[in-house]
Amino acid sequence: MSLDLTPHAAAATPASRIWSHAKMEATLILRNGEQALLAVVIPVAILLGASLFGDRLGLGLQQTAPSVLALAIWSSGLTTLAIATGFERRYNVLERLAATPLGKPGILAGKGLGIALITAGQVLVLAVIALALGWRPVWSLPALLVSILVSVLAMGAFAGIALALAGSLRPEATLALANLLYLVGMPLGVLLPADRFPGWTAHLVQGLPTGALGETLRAASNGQALGWPIAVAALWCVASLALAWKVFKWTS
Amino acid sequence: MVPALDARDVCLSFGPVHALKRLTLTAEEGRITALLGPNGAGKTSFIRCCTGLARPDSGSLTLFGEAPGSPAVLARIGLMPQATGAWSGVRAGELLRYLASLYADPHPVDDLIALLGIGPFEKTPYRRLSGGQQQAVNLAGAIVGRPGLVFLDEPTAGLDPRARRLTWDVVRGLRAAGVAVLLTTHDMTEAAELADRVHIVDMGEVRVSGTASELTVDGSLEDAYLRYTTGDAR
Repeated sequence: MSLDLTPHAAAATPASRIWSHAKMEATLILRNGEQALLAVVIPVAILLGASLFGDRLGLGLQQTAPSVLALAIWSSGLTTLAIATGFERRYNVLERLAATPLGKPGILAGKGLGIALITAGQVLVLAVIALALGWRPVWSLPALLVSILVSVLAMGAFAGIALALAGSLRPEATLALANLLYLVGMPLGVLLPADRFPGWTAHLVQGLPTGALGETLRAASNGQALGWPIAVAALWCVASLALAWKVFKWTS
Repeated sequence: MVPALDARDVCLSFGPVHALKRLTLTAEEGRITALLGPNGAGKTSFIRCCTGLARPDSGSLTLFGEAPGSPAVLARIGLMPQATGAWSGVRAGELLRYLASLYADPHPVDDLIALLGIGPFEKTPYRRLSGGQQQAVNLAGAIVGRPGLVFLDEPTAGLDPRARRLTWDVVRGLRAAGVAVLLTTHDMTEAAELADRVHIVDMGEVRVSGTASELTVDGSLEDAYLRYTTGDAR
C-alpha cells in the first residue's frame, strides 16, 4: 500500500466548509431536470402568459412580474429544499455529513446558502426576462430594502416548513406534499393578490407568508414599502424554524 | 493513554425500545475493534451515538477525551455508513473531492482513487454504481480526511472476494498507521481475520469480549456468536 494513512486530521475553515457544501447542494439541485422546471420553465411561462393575455385578466405584467419573483422564492425555499432534504435523509447523506467537520450546523448553513444562491440566480434571470417583456418597476430604496428583508424572512419561513416536512416524513410523502403545497400556495398570495379574495379571506391570505411576500413585492414594484408584511413574515419564520427544530430527524 | 473511544454503561432508548443497555467498550489507536451481533443488536445505534446523531440517555461516552459531535471530534473521525451515504446523482470522484474539501489536509483524492480502484467509475453517478463500487467510494470517503478513528459499518457486506480482500488490506493499513478502527460485521471470518478485540453484542449490550483466540477456545467464533446472541431482533 503506497498511501501513508497516518492520522493527521484537521478541519478546513468554517467558511470554506460551508461554501463547499453550498456549491455541492446547488450543483446537484441544478443537475435535476425537474427542479429546473419548477425554477425557470413554469415562472417564464407565467411571465409570457401575463405579457400576452394578462391585461384581459386584470393581471398585467406590472403586477405579475413581482408575483413571479415571489413564486421563485416559494418554489426554491419550500419545494426544492424539502424534496432535496427528504432524499438526503433517505440516502443517509445527512448521517454521513454529520460525522464530518461540517457537522449539523454546517449542513444547515450550507444548505441555506445553496438555496439562497439558486434563488438569487432565479430572481435575476426572471427579472431580466420580465424587464425584456416590458415590466417597468418604480424605483424606491425603502421599497427595495423592505422587499429584501421580507424575502429573507419568507425564505426562512418556507425553509422551516420544508425542513419540518423533510425531517419527519418519508421522502415520497415529502415529495407529494411539497408539490401540493407549491400548487396550493400559488393562488394564496403568491400569484393572486389578496384584494382578489372576498371579505375576511383577504386578511387570511395577508396573514400567510405567501401573502406577505407577494404583497410586498407587488407593492415594491409600484414604489411602495409596506410595513405589516415584515411582522407576518417574521412570525412565520420564527414559528416554522422552531417547528423544524422540534420535529427534524437526521436519520430515516 | 486516553483511548480513541471510551464508552461506559451507555444506555439509549427509543420510546419503549432499549437500543443500548449499559454498553461498555473501548477502541484503541492502532487496534481494530469489532462489534459482532445480529441485526437490531444496537451496533448502528452505538455508532450514531459516537457521531453525535443520537444522544445516550445515560452513561459516559467520549472520543479522544471529548464529547461526541463536538467540532474537535468531528474533524478526527471518519464514517463509512452501512448503506448508501451519498446523493444519488453525485459522481464518485466529485463526492470524494467534496468530502476532501471539508478538511485542511486530506489525502490526495487521486491517490485514494488509485488505492481503491475507483478510477474506472470515477465519473459515474453514485446511483449507477454496483454495491461493491459504492462500498469502495464509501470507504474512501471515510478515510479521506486522515482520521484517527474510523467507524466502518459492515464494510464488506455484499463484496466479492477480491474486493473484500482489498478492503481488508486497507483496514490493516489503517491499523498499522495508528488509526483506531471500529468495525461492525456479521462476518465471522472478517472478525477473526482483522480484529484485535471482538465484542459480541446482543439486545444492546456487550455479552462477551476478548480476542478472537480467547473467544474460540471452546469452538469457532460462530459458535461463540450463537452462544451469546439470542437471534435476529428484526
